[in-house]
Amino acid sequence: MISFEIPPFIENQMQLIRMVAEQAMRPYSRQLDENEHERPDAFVQMTWPFTQEMVKRTLKPLMAQTNGNGNGTNGSAKPKREGPDYSMLSFIFMIEQMSWGDAGQYLCLPHPMLGGAAVDSAGTPEQRVRFLKRFTEGEPKWGAMAITEPGAGSDNSAMRTTAVLDPDTNEWILNGEKIFITNGALALRDSNGLCVVWATVDPKAGRAGIKSFVVEGKTPGVTIAKQENKLGIRASDTVALHFDNVRIPYENVLGDQEVRQVESRKGFQGAMKTFDASRPAVAASAIGIARAALEFTVAKLAEEGIVVDYTKSLHEMTAVERDIIEMEARYKGAWLLTLRATAQMAHGESNRLEASMCKYRAGDAVTWITQKAVELLGPKGYSREWLAEKWMRDAKINDIYEGTKQINQLIVARSILGYSRRELK
Amino acid sequence: MLDFRPDEEQKMLTDTIARFARERVRKVYRDAEEEGEVPEQLARAGWEIGLLSTAIPEAYGGFGEYSVVTGALALEEFTWGDLAITFNVMTPNLVAIPVMLCGTEEQKAEYLPLFTTEVPPKFTAGLTEPVVQFNPYKLKTSAVREGDVYVLNGSKTVVPLADEAEVILVYAAEDGVTQAFLVPIDTEGLKIDARDKLMGVKALTTNLVTLSDVRVSIANKLGGDAGIDFSLLLNHSRVALAAAAVGVARAGFEYARDYAKQRVQFGEPIAHRQSIAFMLADMATEIDEARLLVWEAAWLLDQGKNATREVTIMKQQVDRAVMQVADRAVQVLGGYGYIREFPVELWLRNARGFTTFDGLAII
Repeated sequence: MISFEIPPFIENQMQLIRMVAEQAMRPYSRQLDENEHERPDAFVQMTWPFTQEMVKRTLKPLMAQTNGNGNGTNGSAKPKREGPDYSMLSFIFMIEQMSWGDAGQYLCLPHPMLGGAAVDSAGTPEQRVRFLKRFTEGEPKWGAMAITEPGAGSDNSAMRTTAVLDPDTNEWILNGEKIFITNGALALRDSNGLCVVWATVDPKAGRAGIKSFVVEGKTPGVTIAKQENKLGIRASDTVALHFDNVRIPYENVLGDQEVRQVESRKGFQGAMKTFDASRPAVAASAIGIARAALEFTVAKLAEEGIVVDYTKSLHEMTAVERDIIEMEARYKGAWLLTLRATAQMAHGESNRLEASMCKYRAGDAVTWITQKAVELLGPKGYSREWLAEKWMRDAKINDIYEGTKQINQLIVARSILGYSRRELK
Repeated sequence: MLDFRPDEEQKMLTDTIARFARERVRKVYRDAEEEGEVPEQLARAGWEIGLLSTAIPEAYGGFGEYSVVTGALALEEFTWGDLAITFNVMTPNLVAIPVMLCGTEEQKAEYLPLFTTEVPPKFTAGLTEPVVQFNPYKLKTSAVREGDVYVLNGSKTVVPLADEAEVILVYAAEDGVTQAFLVPIDTEGLKIDARDKLMGVKALTTNLVTLSDVRVSIANKLGGDAGIDFSLLLNHSRVALAAAAVGVARAGFEYARDYAKQRVQFGEPIAHRQSIAFMLADMATEIDEARLLVWEAAWLLDQGKNATREVTIMKQQVDRAVMQVADRAVQVLGGYGYIREFPVELWLRNARGFTTFDGLAII
């Protein structure tokens, strides 16, 4: 039944996250923006106990299913549940609220993040427990995902990072270069986290050769080759990783027994499923920034005596009032698309089309909304005294990462037209 | 809890209407448009689906299953078939729903049972005025109380089916506040003037209605002394119109999508080109977004929430979306889009109306 009611436990959780955003994120926004590569310690310390609990809750049913040690299951079947699973929904709300606080800091959340999304999507229950358990104990840890290469952006099939099985030691040996890795350094150098690395076991096979591998923190042979300097989200480090004969256990390839075989071609589909979860997550982050900019703009304009009267006719409204209403509409529309894609996950439905739709719409919306906010706030909007200009710079990444707007349009277009990759290039 | 899936009953209803739209409405809508008339038989068949009587409370002979969300689902399917025909069939709503939401007990008892009959009652309503700067909250038509009567003066345009109406619900400003009055058609001073010549929805007969010193009993003021909650009625109307807009947009999108897949140029379907395919992707996304905005506003109304802000935001976005999608549909068809042999030009003309249609539909 169609309903827009938010589960009460999420409403409660939001109060806590809002407090985190106000106390541990906003006060450091400017400083972390001006001092790129500085780590958001206050945010990390404040959220680590909370994220540990979150991951524990997710793993609990899996632990039961796998007898706590990963035995007794095969295949990547999700655990059976009664009713909808709102864990992703609660995560989406958290991302939105944290990104309202600061999108760059949110990305530094000590949590499996994208790496976790990949493990959840492509891994077996046993793998999920084995890899994610570390996020429930000890020192803060981070998760990352490495797909992009200098010669392989949207075109994953051009990937050159290789994984070769060494039959003597039963280990995979990874070689190659990955770029634009969010949290790559935090996950692999600074903590015992993990990074899911996409690599090919057969470069001639294109997509079919691609599998995803879990590289754990501090594995020898991984080097941070470069730290990028960016337009926005500067609190979050983006690095290039070099893999030089990096040896990982055979069991670290994500998927069931069949996927693990060198000759199996099933890895890519599993890896691509990651995006069904990660795209709504990016959309939620975009929307958090949009709401921050919108609320701030509305509040500052109210101080100037400019308040939207929603009963005015179009003829009576000023251009600024119409702009604000359009900002609100685009924010709300993108948020609803995001909630829909997430609700589909809660109900165990396929959401590939809807995930791409919400992602590209939200990236588009936040880019426009934050640019509008700077415009409407005039010289003060352009000033670094306020955060509006930072939000505008932060916002733009959402139009780009997790698939550019255009790649997601392409996915939507193929889906609605029923076209293959060959029919619609 | 958060869910975007219609329930089984809603699906049965939308399936029924979708079939009616596809098998009946789409067979005649172009002729109806060109001839400026909705076939009587079709209008009756549409009424017999029983959308309105389902919504009327059981105490007044209906089924008591009123839901704005369900109404929105139904309207989208209906207007996918044709907007003018939908407006025609749903004209009695323009009185039934305001009576249901704002009427006194006496008014409900007198009027609501009339909407559960097999033959649609000849009721309509007049809100829009023939001015450029129309604002439903600041009507130029006036209502002045003189003892036991109200005296109404002004003019209304785009009053659907006014030519055969028996009662018109006339919206007028009393002390600057919009109120509504049930005016029998034979009341002195009420004149059904010329038929409107509109850009679209040509199958729907609408007229200019003028009121000069029209006197009606104070018992005919909707809601009695307290009057109406006009913003509530306007919100219900705007949600209905937005749902209707989604249906029009979807009609345009689906036609353009199917056309682009079969139209071959340079040796392959034009949908193989990103320039066309991306337009279609944007159209599909805008429609989904518009629909979600409509559903949310509808759901808020069902919860009894004051949703004026949400409805205003929703309306602006949906009005923009339907225009954009209808325009793109014409564009995808190229030269054929401009030809009346194809439907997309009709949908473009209809789409343009949504910024003007306030008061033409209500759920």
